[in-house]
Amino acid sequence: MSTPVYIFKRILQALPLLFLISLMAFTMLKLSPIDPLAAMRANPSVSQAAIQAEEERLGLNKPAPVQYAIWLTSTLQGNLGVSTTGGSVAVRLMQHAGNTLLLNVVTLFFTWLVALPAGVYAAVHRGKFLDKLFGLITAIGMSMPTFLLAFLFLMFALATHWLPIGGMTSSDFAERDTLSQILDIAYHLIIPVCVLTFVSLAGIQRQVRSNLLDVLRADYVRSARAKGLSEEVVIYKHALRNAINPLITLLGFEFAGLLSGAALTEMVLAYPGLGRLTLEGVLTKDMNLVMASIMLGAVMLITGNLVADLLLKFTDPRITVE
Amino acid sequence: MVSSAAPQVSTPAKVRADLKHTILSRMWKDKVARTALIGLFLLYFSALFADILTPYGMEFNDANVGNAPATLLHIHNDNGELCLPYVYQVKQENDLATYRQTFSEIHTTKYPVKLLVKGESYKLLGLIPMDIHLFGVDAPARIYLLGADMNGRDNYSRLYFGAQKSLTIGFLGLFIAFPIGIFYGAVAGYIGGWADNLMMRFAEAVMSIPSFYLLIGLAAILPLGMTSSQRFALITVILSFISWPGLARVIRGMVLSIREEEFVQAAKSVGMPEVTNIIKHVIPQTASYVVIAATLQVPNFILAESGLSLIGLGIQQPDASWGNMLKAAMDQPNELLSQPWLIAPGFLIFFTILCFNSIGDVLRDVLDPKLSGGR
Repeated sequence: MSTPVYIFKRILQALPLLFLISLMAFTMLKLSPIDPLAAMRANPSVSQAAIQAEEERLGLNKPAPVQYAIWLTSTLQGNLGVSTTGGSVAVRLMQHAGNTLLLNVVTLFFTWLVALPAGVYAAVHRGKFLDKLFGLITAIGMSMPTFLLAFLFLMFALATHWLPIGGMTSSDFAERDTLSQILDIAYHLIIPVCVLTFVSLAGIQRQVRSNLLDVLRADYVRSARAKGLSEEVVIYKHALRNAINPLITLLGFEFAGLLSGAALTEMVLAYPGLGRLTLEGVLTKDMNLVMASIMLGAVMLITGNLVADLLLKFTDPRITVE
Repeated sequence: MVSSAAPQVSTPAKVRADLKHTILSRMWKDKVARTALIGLFLLYFSALFADILTPYGMEFNDANVGNAPATLLHIHNDNGELCLPYVYQVKQENDLATYRQTFSEIHTTKYPVKLLVKGESYKLLGLIPMDIHLFGVDAPARIYLLGADMNGRDNYSRLYFGAQKSLTIGFLGLFIAFPIGIFYGAVAGYIGGWADNLMMRFAEAVMSIPSFYLLIGLAAILPLGMTSSQRFALITVILSFISWPGLARVIRGMVLSIREEEFVQAAKSVGMPEVTNIIKHVIPQTASYVVIAATLQVPNFILAESGLSLIGLGIQQPDASWGNMLKAAMDQPNELLSQPWLIAPGFLIFFTILCFNSIGDVLRDVLDPKLSGGR
């Protein structure tokens, strides 16, 4: 099957899944004793007529299945509705999702940049001092709650004043030129990226190490050594390329885990991402916003898995996607 | 010499007892696992006997010392000689110009730290009425080893009471999530066909929502006017709800291969009902995987609870949990340096998870050498 057809098929498969998720999320929010218009009602400057118009538009006076149908049709038409604090949900969502995506992609990049060499080194020099040191560090990393690490980094930032304390931009961000804006964001990304990288590093480094150890015992590695290939060629050309496949599947899961893990980090570090936006929506009883962000989270997760499967196909020509 | 040549017959029960013995003894021999087991024992022991081990109750507060730093233990008397530890009463002063609180000791009376003092009365394990505390000082002085929170409650004592919630939620969650996950997976794998397909699609849908988003969505459903035990129970249910699908999927995969085994087919052919067959023959085969998965799942429950409480959707004040104690650190990040004890609950969470993970790793090596990944 050619790749575009495969992608198309996967997207078709994802549609019923997304439908099911939206149904679940909607039921969940309907069960909650939430009045989505509470904020409007509490505001004396909003007229009764306006509240009624909004009730009409959201279909709140109609039974739940009809409300779901209204939500579904307007979402399919690309209208995600209005947030209770005013403003379009779509605009806020895109802004925050972009921030979360930036954080996650940078984190993934650094995680692999560190985990791959560290894993290879540990496998090749098994049982040596550095291997044991990595083992200790990853054991700590696997048990470290992201929020604790975030607090520790905050303390470091407070003590040294070298790093910003939370947020994504400085207060004078708007007045800077483009280059200095990029540098400012990079500067603010240091703490969240460090936190998330350290936590997700552990699992990958261990996986690289144990996969490579398995492969190094294989017959073809012994053959490669027997025919006199240098150790570098044996490890990087024969062993590592075979050891890496299961890891690419992991990439998809990793992305999913990051989305959740990043949510707490975002909240602790006041980073304006999707997780913080969702929490805000939940706390202000913003139905439209919460529905949209749950759906977006699911779409990102499913896309992550698809990308991982495609990568697998590119790295290993033996695998044919079905 | 005639040696006793009686043949050794090992009954199935004896073999099982031996196996159990070797698993435990092999775990105990491993230095890491032993340390982790002792660590967990201490944690659960402290949670169980929190009332005795702490100087103050969970809701005890002294509004005069809100946000006070950790009480200093003095071990030198006025002449500079070593003596038994004592504390001074602490006085709060507000600087009206800077709105900063300062705390100073009143050096008039010394309050020695006493062991096994009478204090607030409580019911040990909810049954035995007692009023003995391991240590304490006479009022009006306070012994707050890790400072006071903004309501003037003792952080040190609340860590113990928080442990009661944070540590039990992991196991309670297991008791709900695992039976559901195991049975769901086993049924799907055993029946197969379109039912299997449908069941797995549903499990996938739950898994496709990033867990934390699902978690806060579900937590928002909980009405506000609930008693703390109701809330605790419902949070456990929510945590279980997001964690069963992963297990169900693995169990299903295992069952798919187990149901082709001869002994399952044999039982089927002599007319054993499907449900009995699943419970008696299929599920026990997944035992070692389940034990390992359970050990590694407890940390996830603990993390989820503390995350939820940290953002204010989990256990509510005045109840203590490690997560909602950390909320103080999140709400006032600028105080982290002046009040470093605010993140103490975070370290306890870390330590607990470290123990569970270490035990899980060793357990995996012992129970299932194939899974140990070339170590």
